[in-house]
Amino acid sequence: MNQSIYTVADNSRIADGIYKMTLLGDTSAFSAPGQFVNVKLDGFYLRRPISVCHYNSNTLTLIYKVVGGGTDAMSRIGRGASLDLLTGLGNGFDLTKSGERPLIVGGGVGIPPLYRLCRDLFAQGRKPTVILGFNSEKDLFYIDEFARAAYDVRVVTADGSFGDKGLVTDVMKNIEDYTYFYSCGPIPMLKAVCRMAKTDGQVSLEERMGCGFGACMGCSIETAEGAKRVCKDGPVFTKEALKW
Amino acid sequence: MVNTSVTLCGLQLDNPIIPASGTFGYGAEFAELYDINILGTFSFKGTTKEPRFGNPTPRIAECREGMLNSVGLQNPGVDEVCDTILPRMKKYFNKPVMANIGGFSIDEYVYCCEKASQAENVGLVELNISCPNVHGGGMSFGTSPESAARVTEAVRRICKKPLFVKLSPNVTDIAAIARACEDAGADGVSLINTLMGMRIDIRRRTPVLANKKGGFSGAAVFPVALRMVYDVYEAVKIPVIGMGGVTTVDDVIEMMMAGARAVEIGSANLTDPFVCKKIIEALPGRMEELGITSLADIVGAAH
Repeated sequence: MNQSIYTVADNSRIADGIYKMTLLGDTSAFSAPGQFVNVKLDGFYLRRPISVCHYNSNTLTLIYKVVGGGTDAMSRIGRGASLDLLTGLGNGFDLTKSGERPLIVGGGVGIPPLYRLCRDLFAQGRKPTVILGFNSEKDLFYIDEFARAAYDVRVVTADGSFGDKGLVTDVMKNIEDYTYFYSCGPIPMLKAVCRMAKTDGQVSLEERMGCGFGACMGCSIETAEGAKRVCKDGPVFTKEALKW
Repeated sequence: MVNTSVTLCGLQLDNPIIPASGTFGYGAEFAELYDINILGTFSFKGTTKEPRFGNPTPRIAECREGMLNSVGLQNPGVDEVCDTILPRMKKYFNKPVMANIGGFSIDEYVYCCEKASQAENVGLVELNISCPNVHGGGMSFGTSPESAARVTEAVRRICKKPLFVKLSPNVTDIAAIARACEDAGADGVSLINTLMGMRIDIRRRTPVLANKKGGFSGAAVFPVALRMVYDVYEAVKIPVIGMGGVTTVDDVIEMMMAGARAVEIGSANLTDPFVCKKIIEALPGRMEELGITSLADIVGAAH
């Protein structure tokens, strides 16, 4: 974990209530896709944990949804502003388990942390199949980006306004030959994905956090291996550990 | 050269800065960030006889200049703490630590304090009779002078290290409770624990916390905590550890002038993990600016 000051290079709306923020600064604390940052916002006491969509040597991309006062204030931050971030938080995805044909399943604002994962797997010569689920056409984002970094991308919307109509599991049940799965999205979706999965896999969880680095026990969950902190021991957990 | 050291019941601390229980775990996460041996000491996560998962989530809620928590004393139990965590702690913290002990009955407090106070690297015991997030124990001992005295007296008999009783602000007269603890043999008191509070999600029309109510802490509570430290300092002769909303070096000095011999820093660790380091580094310069040569001299200076 590092604490450092980033400069906002861009912060713009990319879908209904969804924003993409590009930050310039020190990314040396990141070691795996699926880690997150904790953002200090003026006027708010607690930091806001946000998953990392992508990072390289000096750039960080966050995609976030406006869900309350904190993220609303975040969406109003302009280019050139400075932001205090705790970076490199949590344990990310373990890519070594993927096998040749990993399945990546994302729902809504759970999709961003899967992007860097997908790119890295693709760069390693794996053939990731990606299922992206949204409520409606107005919520779509990053489909082209995934298409450039995946073997196959399937899009599904709950109202059928784009792609197939239905849930990610409606697509998933017709995919046979995957070697492992990775998923992030709402809890009911994650549970359904774990139940349907024919293989082992990893899911990334979200929880209200106090600190984001393991000190306060605010975000604990019960697992097969005892109490775990989503922020420090997660946010990525194996399907087996979650007993789903 | 200014002198930042203070003494608590014979235990000399290099400075009065003590991360508060529940905001510092058992220190390991912070030892990855900076050398925590610069601290006066720290108060470890409230520990009970049996391992506890604590309350359901959400356990955390945002407030203006503060936060609510309803963690509910999640901890691995005193045996695991004494047998595994405390020996391991010596690798990254070479000072005597403060053992924060919670409980649900006098027998449990006695069992935990006896065991923890025998540990070689425990220098002080902080008896938590003020946790607002558990039922049937915790705060119920800390809200009347009689019950506070009963548990203090029982624990004092078996406790091998100086015993500080951590007081609840959710009472009518905190000074009366402090006096009862002093009369029952407490070596010191620490205050304040969190203030009972709640938030409601106006869209869902339900409390934000799964446990409905929680403990309010953070910068917003500082004036309330300061006033209580000020009152307790006048009521007792034993040392007072002040805490509640302390965020800056000036807050530390203000808390000491109200009567605190040492100062615990809680929620601020969660929003800025380096806050204690920053305060310790800022102390000597600020003391010089204010004409303070020894921090111990300013304890109670505002009275």
